[in-house]
Amino acid sequence: MTDAVTFRGVSRHFGPVKAVDEVDLAIHDGEFFAMLGPSGSGKTTCLRLIAGFEQPTAGSIEIFGERAEGVPPYLRNVNTVFQNYALFPHMNVLDNVAFGLRVKGVSKAERRRAAEETLELVELAGYGTRRAGELSGGQRQRVALARALINKPRVVLLDEPLGALDLKLREQMQEELRKLQRSLGLTFVFVTHDQDEALSMADRVAVFAEGKIQQIGSAEDIYRRPSTRFVADFVGSSNVVPADLAGVGKMGQWASLRPEDITLDKAGLAATVTGKFFHGRVTKLSLDIKGQSLTALIPAHESTPDIGETAYVSWDASRAHVMELEA
Amino acid sequence: MRPNASQPAIFAPRSGPLARKVDWVIRHPRMFVFLMVLPITLWLGIVYIGALIALLIQSFFSIDEFSGVVVREFTFKTYGELLRPYNLDIILRTVAMAAAVTVVAAMLAFPIAYFAARYAKGKWKALFYIGVMLPLWSSYLVKVYAWKLVLAKEGILTWIFAKLHLTWALDGVLSIPVIGGNSLSVSYMGTFLVFLYIWLPYMIIPVQASLERVPGALLEAASDLGATPRQSFRMVLFPLALPGIIAGSIFTFSLTLGDYIVPQIVGNSRLFIGQAVYTQQGTAGNIPLAAAFTVVPIVVMGIYLWGARKMGAFDAL
Repeated sequence: MTDAVTFRGVSRHFGPVKAVDEVDLAIHDGEFFAMLGPSGSGKTTCLRLIAGFEQPTAGSIEIFGERAEGVPPYLRNVNTVFQNYALFPHMNVLDNVAFGLRVKGVSKAERRRAAEETLELVELAGYGTRRAGELSGGQRQRVALARALINKPRVVLLDEPLGALDLKLREQMQEELRKLQRSLGLTFVFVTHDQDEALSMADRVAVFAEGKIQQIGSAEDIYRRPSTRFVADFVGSSNVVPADLAGVGKMGQWASLRPEDITLDKAGLAATVTGKFFHGRVTKLSLDIKGQSLTALIPAHESTPDIGETAYVSWDASRAHVMELEA
Repeated sequence: MRPNASQPAIFAPRSGPLARKVDWVIRHPRMFVFLMVLPITLWLGIVYIGALIALLIQSFFSIDEFSGVVVREFTFKTYGELLRPYNLDIILRTVAMAAAVTVVAAMLAFPIAYFAARYAKGKWKALFYIGVMLPLWSSYLVKVYAWKLVLAKEGILTWIFAKLHLTWALDGVLSIPVIGGNSLSVSYMGTFLVFLYIWLPYMIIPVQASLERVPGALLEAASDLGATPRQSFRMVLFPLALPGIIAGSIFTFSLTLGDYIVPQIVGNSRLFIGQAVYTQQGTAGNIPLAAAFTVVPIVVMGIYLWGARKMGAFDAL
């Protein structure tokens, strides 16, 4: 099967800045693919390369097996949901959604019908005559999505689409997006800096740092088996400890150990408590074992020692993961 | 006791009669706003609107043809005079000129403004502003007379065309009936070129301001959804820039409608509205007819703005 998007050695430089640096990537047809990374890591530039807003400095990009370099955005059957939605302020919701069909010369009656249908899909039926300015953030988000979906694109690109929404609405939209993607069977490429969002929504995640991909894998892969220190730290803030302390690997290697995998155990190692923070479901302990600082998340119902006291902790060595690369 | 506990939580009111009054005004926002708009209200209300009403009243008076005295009685006679073929020609000529200047100014201004809004950064932007505004710093009369010399039969333009062996092209253009003439400086075309030059900055600046407010993402979105550059322009960029174009056209249109110096210096001897007002109220002493002529641009602008609004020009505001 042909991949939806293929990057081969793709770079995009802005003067001396290597926004994207020799990236190889294959996004499968029909998958929900997340690009995760801090700001300035190159994830958005990668998205813009797929959309056609940027051209690669080097390397080749294929979309469903067809070369995409030099092809302008309007000749790509790829649609984008923009970060701030970029709805046309001088059009109502219906005209915004129907825009893609209007430029293709679809008749007025036909595109009106299609736009209403698509609005129904995103649960905004009856909002057609409103102006974009009269909608809430969540509704604008849905309009932007409908506008992208009406063209029946082969790939849907989403650039931090939930960034401007409050937490509750975000979680609701996450679920809806995922459901929509499954039912339509479309390829979604989703850019986010929120690791929870990436892990919970995506089939596969690519973690970006400094223009390069650190790791590509399933959410569980990324979380359980981070390949670099950066991934371990950025995704779920792991403890990075010498492998021999974690009980795995060889001397000189480093291992990641998740805070929630550390448990209180009378027979375990002695650690000094240097900080204690109550988080509701869990209590976060900052620990010090022979000069190595560790963070542990202990279920809130367990009683925990106070700052300055000694805690005895242990973990299942199979939960620790030796990182291949030192980065 | 904490170190800052000796500090008051609320400071004592300021003393002095002026400070107390200022504090009072600041605590009463309505008063504050009232004081802010008072000067401009007085200016607009009394000096401007008042003068306009006086003008309007004058236009409904008439002149006694034998004695030349203004008859202060309400009549439409003066407006009737406006419709005489000679006067009607003046109005049509002026409106046509203003329309032509406005349309061409908009077409010239758009690419310049687009470049400035989208691509010019830092010192290039400063250069743009200086380049557009610099002509406004020198005297209007000097510029018009300079243009008269440039466009004259013995002027530099004729010379350049001759050097480039393009005299035939200039002659061809000048031989066009109505807008042509003996030389550019005595033709409508010359008047048009000078108007265009003089008023162009007033079109560029508002268009540039409106283009600056169009987010780049909107153009990307249009392109992303399949719009060719031409479609993006027609369906997104142009409608969003339209308020700026309209604002600019209010300047170019009304300034051309009212001007009496440019057509007097550059052009043939046929009158424009401004010249008609000038001669009617000065040489001829026919204040009512001058007033009636002055009302014409106001009415034309009113119709123009009403039409623009109907067409949805201000929807993007």
